[in-house]
Amino acid sequence: MNSITRRKLIYGGAAAVVGAGGLAAADRLAKRYGLIPPDGGGIYGPGETLTYACQRLLTRNTPVREFSRSMIWKNPFANAVAPPNDAFKRLAAGGFKDWRLVVDGTVAHPMSLSLADLKGLGLHSQITEVACEEGWSYIAEWIGTPLSGVLREAGVLPETRYIIYNSIEEGAWASIDMQDAGDPHTLLTMGMNDGDLPVGFGGPLRLRLPRQLGYKSLKYINHITATDNIKKFGKGLGGVDPEYGYSWYAGI
Amino acid sequence: MVRVTHWLTFIAFIALLVTGGLIVISHPRFYWGEVGNVNTRPLFVIPIPASRDTVPTGYKFEMPDENGWSRYLHFEAAWVAVLAGLVYGIYGLWSGHFRKDLIPDRRDWNWRAYQDRIAKYLRRAPPDGAEERSYNVLQRTVYLVVIFVLFPLMIWTGLAMSPSFTAAFPTTAALLGGRQSARTIHFFVSGLLLLFLFVHVAMVALSGFRSRMRAMITGYTRKSEEGR
Repeated sequence: MNSITRRKLIYGGAAAVVGAGGLAAADRLAKRYGLIPPDGGGIYGPGETLTYACQRLLTRNTPVREFSRSMIWKNPFANAVAPPNDAFKRLAAGGFKDWRLVVDGTVAHPMSLSLADLKGLGLHSQITEVACEEGWSYIAEWIGTPLSGVLREAGVLPETRYIIYNSIEEGAWASIDMQDAGDPHTLLTMGMNDGDLPVGFGGPLRLRLPRQLGYKSLKYINHITATDNIKKFGKGLGGVDPEYGYSWYAGI
Repeated sequence: MVRVTHWLTFIAFIALLVTGGLIVISHPRFYWGEVGNVNTRPLFVIPIPASRDTVPTGYKFEMPDENGWSRYLHFEAAWVAVLAGLVYGIYGLWSGHFRKDLIPDRRDWNWRAYQDRIAKYLRRAPPDGAEERSYNVLQRTVYLVVIFVLFPLMIWTGLAMSPSFTAAFPTTAALLGGRQSARTIHFFVSGLLLLFLFVHVAMVALSGFRSRMRAMITGYTRKSEEGR
C-alpha cells in the first residue's frame, strides 16, 4: 500500500465518520425543529425532507406574494370537482345556512361554527395566485377569515403539531404544520373577487394556502382537527394526497 | 471528484428529464407572464394527449397520471444534481480544474479559433497536440455554458415556480416575467440540455465509445496508464 492510497483511506474514513455524525446531528435537529414531513420515509423521503426543511427555514416569517388588483384574472379556471354528495346538496339547497365548521382535537374549546360565525371573526382579503401542480395558474382576490383566528378562539393546546382539515367530500383531507396554520394568509375563504365563493372554486368554504400548490387548498371544508400526532390519522402520511402518491408538502 | 460528480449529475439529469417530461404531459400548454391556464391564450401547445381531462388537446385519449411519483423524484434528483454541482464547483475552484481544463486559452479568445476548430470537426481531423490530453476551445466553451449558464438557469427557473420560494424571494419569478415565463424557460433550457446530451454522447461515440467511456469512468486513457 503506497502513501497516496493510505492517505486517501484516512481521509475517506474521516469523511465517513464526520458525514455519519453530521447526518445523525442533522436528524436530531430536524426532529427537534419539526423539519421532517409526515411523508419523510421511503425512497423519496430524503429529497422530500430536504425540500421541506430548507423551505421551512427560508420562509419563516416571510409574506406571501400578493398582486395588484389589475392582475386579477377575469376568467379564472375552475378545476374539475367530483359531483357533490347528498349532504352537500342538502346544505346547498338551504343556501349553506346550516353549513358548519367543526373544530376539535387538541383544543381547549371544541366548536361548531356557521359561516356567519366565521365572518364575525373578521374578514381579510388577499390577491394571490393559485398554482396547480400540473403547471397552470391564475390570480384572484380571496376573502375570508384567517385560520389562526379560529384556532385562537378554540384555544389550541401547546402540544399541537398539525392542523388537519377535512372536506365534506368523503375521504378528502389534508394537514398543515403550525407555521402554515398560524400564518395570517392561511385563509378560511368564503368570498372571491367581491362575490361569494362559487361552488366550482370551493364554496362555501375553502382553505386557501397561498404558499403551497393548489391541491393543498382543499374545497368544502367542514371539519378541522388539531393534533399532536399525525400518525393516528389515515395511513399516517398527513393527508389523502400522500396516500395517492402526491407529496404532503406542496411548497414547490 | 470531477468524474464522481459527472456521473451523479448524469443519473440525476436522466431522472429529471424523464419525470419532467411526465409532469409536462399533465398540462402540455405553455404561456408567458405570470398566469396561464386553459382559459388563457397559450404561447404554444405541444400536440400530445394530456394526462388530465381538463386540458383541451383535441385527443379523446387521456394519458395516465404519473405526476405524484414524478414530482417526488424530480425534486429528489434536483437535490442530487444541486449537491453534486456544489461539490464540483468548490472542487473546481480549489483544484484549478476550471482554470486549467475549462477556461479557453487566451490565444483562443477569438472567432478564428472557433472557426478553425469547427472546420477541423467537419474534416474529422484527429485531435492533435494538447487536444489529446485536454479539451479544445469549442468543448471548453460548451462545457462552461452548460455548467455556468444552463444548469443555473434550470435551478433558477425551477425555484421561480415554487409558491413557497417565490413568497420569500419574489424577484426570482418577477425578473423572468412571471411564473409561467419561468415554466416556459425551464422547458426550453431542458431542451438545450437534452441537445447537449445528444451531441456529447455522439462525440464520445465518434471518438471511440469504449476507450472514452473507460477514461470517463476510471480516469485512465490507454496511452498513459499511470494517469492522474
